[in-house]
Amino acid sequence: MDLLINPTESSLLRFTTAGSVDDGKSTLIGRLLYDSKSIFEDQLLAVEESSKRRGDEHVNLALLTDGLRAEREQGITIDVAYRYFATPKRKFIIADTPGHIQYTRNMVTGASTADLAIILVDARHGVVEQTRRHTFLASLLRIEQIVLAINKMDLVDFSEERYNEILADFEQFRAGLENKVNVTVIPMSALNGDNVVDKSTNMPWFTGKPLLEHLESVQVHVGESEGSARFPVQWVIRPQSDEYHDFRGFAGRMASGTFKVGDEITAYPAGMSTQITGIHTLEGAKEEAIPMLSYSITLAHEIDISRGDLIAKADEPPQHSQHIDAMICWFTEKPLKPRSKFYLRHTTRTVRASVPDLLYKVNISTMERVPGPTEFGLNDIGCIRLRCATPLFFDSYATNRTTGSFILVDEQTNNTVAAGMILRAVGDDTTKSTDEFAI
Amino acid sequence: MSSRLQSQTSSMSSSITHLQYLESEAIYILRETAAQFGKPAMLFSGGKDSIVMAWLARKAFHPAHLPFPLVHIDTGHNFPEAIEYRDWFVNEIKATLVVGSVQKSIDEGRAVEEKGHNASRNKLQTVTLLDTIEAHEYDACLGGGRRDEEKARAKERFFSHRDEFGQWDPKNQRPELWNIFNGRKNYGEHFRVFPLSNWTEMDVWQYIRQENIPLPNLYFSHQRRVIERHGQLLDAETGFVQLLDEEKPRIKEMTVRFRTVGDATCTGAVLSDASSIDDVVAEVAAARQTERGTRADDRRSETAMEDRKKEGYF
Repeated sequence: MDLLINPTESSLLRFTTAGSVDDGKSTLIGRLLYDSKSIFEDQLLAVEESSKRRGDEHVNLALLTDGLRAEREQGITIDVAYRYFATPKRKFIIADTPGHIQYTRNMVTGASTADLAIILVDARHGVVEQTRRHTFLASLLRIEQIVLAINKMDLVDFSEERYNEILADFEQFRAGLENKVNVTVIPMSALNGDNVVDKSTNMPWFTGKPLLEHLESVQVHVGESEGSARFPVQWVIRPQSDEYHDFRGFAGRMASGTFKVGDEITAYPAGMSTQITGIHTLEGAKEEAIPMLSYSITLAHEIDISRGDLIAKADEPPQHSQHIDAMICWFTEKPLKPRSKFYLRHTTRTVRASVPDLLYKVNISTMERVPGPTEFGLNDIGCIRLRCATPLFFDSYATNRTTGSFILVDEQTNNTVAAGMILRAVGDDTTKSTDEFAI
Repeated sequence: MSSRLQSQTSSMSSSITHLQYLESEAIYILRETAAQFGKPAMLFSGGKDSIVMAWLARKAFHPAHLPFPLVHIDTGHNFPEAIEYRDWFVNEIKATLVVGSVQKSIDEGRAVEEKGHNASRNKLQTVTLLDTIEAHEYDACLGGGRRDEEKARAKERFFSHRDEFGQWDPKNQRPELWNIFNGRKNYGEHFRVFPLSNWTEMDVWQYIRQENIPLPNLYFSHQRRVIERHGQLLDAETGFVQLLDEEKPRIKEMTVRFRTVGDATCTGAVLSDASSIDDVVAEVAAARQTERGTRADDRRSETAMEDRKKEGYF
């Protein structure tokens, strides 16, 4: 394989894999890394040596990712591990997370930055509770693309009939998901390499692409450039120099949509409008700001704008409210109880917030709603009501992953205790039918 | 409401390259660091990762100067080319340089020099680093560490919390979701921030090529007197590596370059004819050893990096 990727053409894909060693997840990742020559000799040698010392029968590729002492000692993955590989067409970042229910928060963390999720199914066992759980989490976090990897096809004689059975099971379950997801199904044997990098000759009945080819060609971020223009301000650049005496640039990363020089914008919370006079980078001025890239923006009129403010196109206002309903995943041992207070971090803005009400929990294995919870424990997912000290300027998570997400920070420990996805402003019923997360 | 998941069929606008993504992500982290902390600093060694990081910082705050100083933790065992480059670069981008000296820590009895021919000041840097952070009251230190370097770093955060003793607790790290970074801390605690977390060695080299970033000559093929020890080629020119008597006759002049540039006592050279950035990119692509494979400090035990990081190492 030619490893010299062309940096002017190659794009980036971030994907997440959830699962346990039993599903063949480590074997699959190991194969992707190995076949793309992203595992180095000294890493492989070190893993071989530790496998031998541990008395493992085969080379344990999990040791490549399980780098922390506690993980190596206990043979478990306790965190999200990030792995990297590249082909001539694309660079990939894998967020590798453990798949058991007690690691839901790790899966949520890994999924929050992923464009695609690989969900592994053992062909012998078919769709099981873990499959449903991982698919639900991927849809909850609004991952654009799911790959259902039906692994260990060699153990069911590469049977098309078995493949169709699993597909039918999965389709039935998927029909019940409120958040629609794009699913690509690939039968494979990670151990033997069938349909991982090369098309399998053992399954001529499968007409789709092998996994790597799919990962190289799948389109993501489709909605970002079409969405409403959103630019959260991180920092105000005011050079203390004669040359740039009057320069006042609002620095940030374009979250979605585009800005052009001359566009009429409104800054929030000030609510004042003006025009964009310049979109600046070190390389020079640009005509257009596009999603994911960082700029500093200058405006025609002096408006009070500082870190935490949001610049949007004047005709595409965000929602705003002090009272919001949101889906959260609870991250710590200390339970969430009604009336708790937190710092809420939303884009570059931090506000104080309290939780007047816990609305319902979701059983992530059955996807049933459990109303009236008295508390949220570690890894619990559900809907809460939040009251913020000052209004948030936001979009629903369904329409914007950046302006629709937040974290809660504990006031005593400063730890991040919850990940949140905004459903709607309280009292706003117009979005209810389409924004609902529950099943 | 049309979900973006259903807009698959619509034409896709020009997508950005992986280097544009990584650059923008790093700029985002650099701006977050400047905004969330009272007194941040950027660690600068003259190595390629810190050079790229400082290059990105210029982009993040242009046309203003960097809103933080560059801090060099000087082991005293430097390659002269690295120091020359450091001073040139700092002047070029009009940054402020702060030097923390390991020699001074040793002279003041804060650190004890390792004994024997494998002695290195790499570990002692931690003392000087923590002293420098305390003396200047830095509450965040930007570092060029990457997750692909070493297995303990694969789980490092962008914003890595350190307690008042500078220690890293890998089991109690803050989760990082979307692009929201939590830099809240108590008095006396600080953060290490790694804007290049998602970069690989190849990304760094491709970016250096794309941006035409000048580097110290050490990274390119040159003639050097070296000694082979434990399968590594160590420098025998600067005089910092303590040579055993039986090693002295084995000193050879070879055509080498360095894949990482750190303390001269533990940075191994590789045989190489790569004299341009294009040559280096081709060589990195074909390499079958990680760059840290040339670092003697990582080879002391299976979890050597994790152990040093817990103590406060970068």
